[in-house]
Amino acid sequence: MLNFFRRNKGWQLFGLISPGALWILLFFNLPLLIVLFISFVERGRAGGIKLPPVYTIENYRQLFNACASAFSGPECDSFLYIGIFGHSMRIALVVTFWCIAVGYPLSYFISKQKPIWRDALMILVIIPFWTNFLVRTYALKQVLATEGLLNSFLMGLHLINQPLELLFNEFAVVIGLIYGYLPFAVLPMYASIEKFDHSLMEAAADLGAPPWRAFLRVMLPMTLPGVIAALVLVFVPVVGAFITPDIMGGGKIEMIGTLINRQFGVSRNWPFGSSMSLVLMLMVLIGVIAYFRSSSEETRRAM
Amino acid sequence: MAEFAVEMQDVLKQFITPEGGILSAVNHVTMQITDGEFFSLLGPSGCGKTTSLRMIAGFELPTDGKILIRGKEMSQVPAFQRPVNTVFQQYALFPHMTVEQNIGFGLEMRGVPRAERSKRVSEALEMVRLPGMEMRRPKQLSGGQQQRIALARALINKPEVLLLDEPLGALDLKLRKEMQLELKTLQREVGITFIYVTHDQEEALTMSDRIAVMSKGHALQIGAPEEIYERPANKFVADFIGETNFIDGVVKAQNGATIEIEWVGTGTICVESSRTFPNGQQVAVAVRPEKLRLNTEIKDGNNLKGRVEDVIYIGTDTHYGVRFAGGQKVRVREQNVMQGHHEMVHVGDEVSISFTYESPRVLTE
Repeated sequence: MLNFFRRNKGWQLFGLISPGALWILLFFNLPLLIVLFISFVERGRAGGIKLPPVYTIENYRQLFNACASAFSGPECDSFLYIGIFGHSMRIALVVTFWCIAVGYPLSYFISKQKPIWRDALMILVIIPFWTNFLVRTYALKQVLATEGLLNSFLMGLHLINQPLELLFNEFAVVIGLIYGYLPFAVLPMYASIEKFDHSLMEAAADLGAPPWRAFLRVMLPMTLPGVIAALVLVFVPVVGAFITPDIMGGGKIEMIGTLINRQFGVSRNWPFGSSMSLVLMLMVLIGVIAYFRSSSEETRRAM
Repeated sequence: MAEFAVEMQDVLKQFITPEGGILSAVNHVTMQITDGEFFSLLGPSGCGKTTSLRMIAGFELPTDGKILIRGKEMSQVPAFQRPVNTVFQQYALFPHMTVEQNIGFGLEMRGVPRAERSKRVSEALEMVRLPGMEMRRPKQLSGGQQQRIALARALINKPEVLLLDEPLGALDLKLRKEMQLELKTLQREVGITFIYVTHDQEEALTMSDRIAVMSKGHALQIGAPEEIYERPANKFVADFIGETNFIDGVVKAQNGATIEIEWVGTGTICVESSRTFPNGQQVAVAVRPEKLRLNTEIKDGNNLKGRVEDVIYIGTDTHYGVRFAGGQKVRVREQNVMQGHHEMVHVGDEVSISFTYESPRVLTE
């Protein structure tokens, strides 16, 4: 048996790949097919699906329906679901923007430190990962609460007279998401910036480029792969996030993630949840592919 | 008053070392570089030559002292506004740009329109003998080609001064020799002042109009190549530039320009020197191996006896190690003018070593 693998390179490779491939096949691809199936059948009365299955495209039609009866009663709320999709995209873009805007200078700063400090600072960036995401989000909630740390502090300094409404709004959700996903932006950008040869900035200055032009013309294009990786790593999970909007938004801020979550929970509408999941996946996929297509030439050059 | 291309006035540059000490990388250096000159900063690594260059370029600011370019004080002028351009040691070409974009970068920053830029880039490429390379990327070029692109990228801006930081260091020997001549020719053609950093003494001697020999942050001697080679100011310069025999001796007497120096156990020699030394002063006599004659006694000169300890044949020359009666050892270099020349002297032979009164230098430090 061992000799067979030793002699046959193709089977050797197969032997190495198959555990991982099997895992993905069994626990990612197969469930995805199940989700696809559920999205095309009618819902069961108490969750699940109607048996025997009745095929329908109603779950997709409902998404683009002006009347969102399944969600908010019989009245017509103009394009509620499409609106929530758009809203989620906007929040995800804002969060991604700030993660990159804050993360880039931070990555740059860390990359400029002495090696021992670099490692220490990177560990500080990664440490939050070791704490449970829920615990972190609840902790942040306590900081922003009406009687929370930040309000008490500002009141104590007499900078404000009454507590600020920092929780249960879009601001809180955005802050919570930036807080949660900043490390995902810092890690790839740091990897890119750390590899960047800073003597190129000297060369640019030597040739008459003021610092900001040197940055735009040399450093940014050369570290773009890291920025794109950060963009994908933050945008994709944030657009479908549901824990943070749920906790920080207090149920008032609806995002795709919370909406899908509800379909599998209180609304007991698995087929509708499945169709939304797939549409979200498709949108993200198209977005990411389009982005890579348009920037791949630039990225390849920068590598 | 003469205006210099670059002037360093008592420039000091100190760094904090990782251990918390203070390192004077450039220690009160003063030098004037004349317009149109090919000026080399020569010294071993860590001597302060690159730091000096970086201060002229504006990448570092002096801790104390002044740097003037064309008579203008530079401490308030950032690198991107200085009328100098640099050819970096590793070239520092922009990998994400084409050759054309690289060379045109300086013009682009100055707002030169695209059409003119492109015309001047092809001229610059002609100048460095790489026409038609516009659309290549730096990665697609050999080391020698990258070097030329870096040169073109700097020269296209017609700087007052071109700074070159060991630009040939990464090239192999043959290409380096070629580029030395080419750089020298190019410098004469464009008439721009070159400040050239190198640790290769031969390179400095070949190319420079003047050389500043640096060690441990000090400029030990500044002068033309023949001056540095023939009349080194101290032991370091004599040792660093070419090969030198140092023989310790004691001054016995001085009659005008002629000094009598005793080599203990060997004898007394006479050396001409413009300096005066007190009797009994310990000195080092520095004499180049090629100035020593083997078995060719000369009338107005020193003639000493010694024993051959080794003979090394190296093609063009033969090197002999000869020890005098007092234990002092010298190396002698003879050109192999005739075939079989080196076979006439053998290890253990008694030979005479002769040199003129003018050929040695008497040094105290």
